[in-house]
Amino acid sequence: MMFDVSIITDRVEPILHGLLVTFQTWFAGVLIGLVLGLGIAVLQLFGGRWLRIPLRMFIEVIRATPFLVLLFLLYYGGPEFGLSLEPITAGILGMGVYGSVYFAEIFRGGFQSVPKGHVEAAECLGMGRWQCIWRVQLPQMLVIILPALVNMITILCKETAVLSIITIPELTMVLTGIGSETFAFVETLLVLCIGYLILIELSSRLGLWLERRVGRFLVRS
Amino acid sequence: MNDVTTPILTLRNVGKRFGTNQVLKGVDLDVQRSEVVCLIGPSGSGKSTLLRSMAFLEEYDEGEIHINGQLLGWQSISPRRRASRSRLNQVRSSLGMVFQQFNLWPHMSALGNVCEALVRVKGLTRSDAERKGRAMLDKVGLAEKADAFPAQLSGGQQQRVAIARALAMEPSLMLFDEPTSALDPELVGEVLQVMKQLAADGMTMVVVTHEMGFAAQVADTVAFLDGGHIVAKGAPRDIFHDTEHPRLQQFLQNYLDRNAFWQDLKETPA
Ligand SMILES: Nc1ncnc2c1ncn2[C@@H]1O[C@H](COP(=O)(O)OP(=O)(O)O)[C@@H](O)[C@H]1O
Ligand SMILES: [Mg+2]
Repeated sequence: MMFDVSIITDRVEPILHGLLVTFQTWFAGVLIGLVLGLGIAVLQLFGGRWLRIPLRMFIEVIRATPFLVLLFLLYYGGPEFGLSLEPITAGILGMGVYGSVYFAEIFRGGFQSVPKGHVEAAECLGMGRWQCIWRVQLPQMLVIILPALVNMITILCKETAVLSIITIPELTMVLTGIGSETFAFVETLLVLCIGYLILIELSSRLGLWLERRVGRFLVRS
Repeated sequence: MNDVTTPILTLRNVGKRFGTNQVLKGVDLDVQRSEVVCLIGPSGSGKSTLLRSMAFLEEYDEGEIHINGQLLGWQSISPRRRASRSRLNQVRSSLGMVFQQFNLWPHMSALGNVCEALVRVKGLTRSDAERKGRAMLDKVGLAEKADAFPAQLSGGQQQRVAIARALAMEPSLMLFDEPTSALDPELVGEVLQVMKQLAADGMTMVVVTHEMGFAAQVADTVAFLDGGHIVAKGAPRDIFHDTEHPRLQQFLQNYLDRNAFWQDLKETPA
């Protein structure tokens, strides 16, 4: 079998653009997911029963919905409820909502890992609830939850491939398009894999660097 | 309100239940300015629950606690309605709490631990907070450890940082829950030394402790808690030497027996 490099080199620009779109939707989706997830976790822990029950239900329902179905609901079902979104907006939002429930569960575990006494100490010093979360709980739980967060972030990176079905021109859509146009499936799929590998490698390296940084206080002199 | 005869802290008929377990059964206590009260009693008698109620870390469900004349934790007593968090914090601002497990924040240096609330709660600038924080660390003999993380400090040093952190907020009342119980024996002395100095400086203190020597030496009042009641209260000499109370006698006898054991060892010829 011939490996035809020119198929790729002739189309560097659309491929790079696809990579960029993948990166953008992933990045924006992760950001929304993290913020939403933290919010859900905090409200679940401190919001009382009337928030906890609906939030639990939200988490269970979203977790039971395949990403593909969630996207369809948002993009094709949205207009029925007066929510007409651009594909890219629907994609980012869908990714954010989908990721948020997993992030929420990771954060919830993180909050529970912080000794109650550390929170009580902050309370006795007059610190507010949000100050305590931001300054006392989050920084020390980050060391524990970072690996799980990074793991989820890499999973979301690959989930962006699904966005092609709502016509977002991301990496998978671009390369499978080239593949069916030229019948050069091996070349295009190989490049596709390399594309995701680069993104995921980047995120795990960033994760490891962060882990070392935030974990410095654990080192005994 | 700053009248010398007005207690800083008053407990009236304070009760606390965990489910069906009535832990505190109507506790009355007054603590005067500059008084040192030591709370002693058998394990499980409710000492921690009582002390934690004084900081509203436990919501006492009967009676009233006043700090400097202000009702702690509740907005109204009947029906019981919780005070807002800002109101609670305002009443709580005159007390400092020291825990058995230190509860330093592990991701901040010693100085960071002391400065945090100065900046976030008192609104000091970072540099003012650090100046004050260093002075506080100096007061507990740890000026040179300002940049160390808790994991780099011994238990005794961590507890002294925790005391400095509480003192930095300038409380008028300090609460200690078995501050030396988590420490290796050779580290107990340095913490007790700091507490003695505090008492000598006129700090008002309530101390839950098993250090009978400390109680005998430093306390103005010793209160013996048993079964959710303060069953005996008085000057150390009355509590430790002249008590008629059978439960207290038995409790103290356990300590005497243990000391006698060491005494015997010392006196046994080699
Ligand atoms: N958070 C809690 N939930 C349920 N029971 C508790 C809780 N805290 C303390 N207790 C119970 O209250 C009693 C008194 O505990 P505590 O105040 O810690 O005693 P002490 O400090 O004198 O050893 C014990 O029987 C203990 O099991
Ligand atoms: Mg206790």
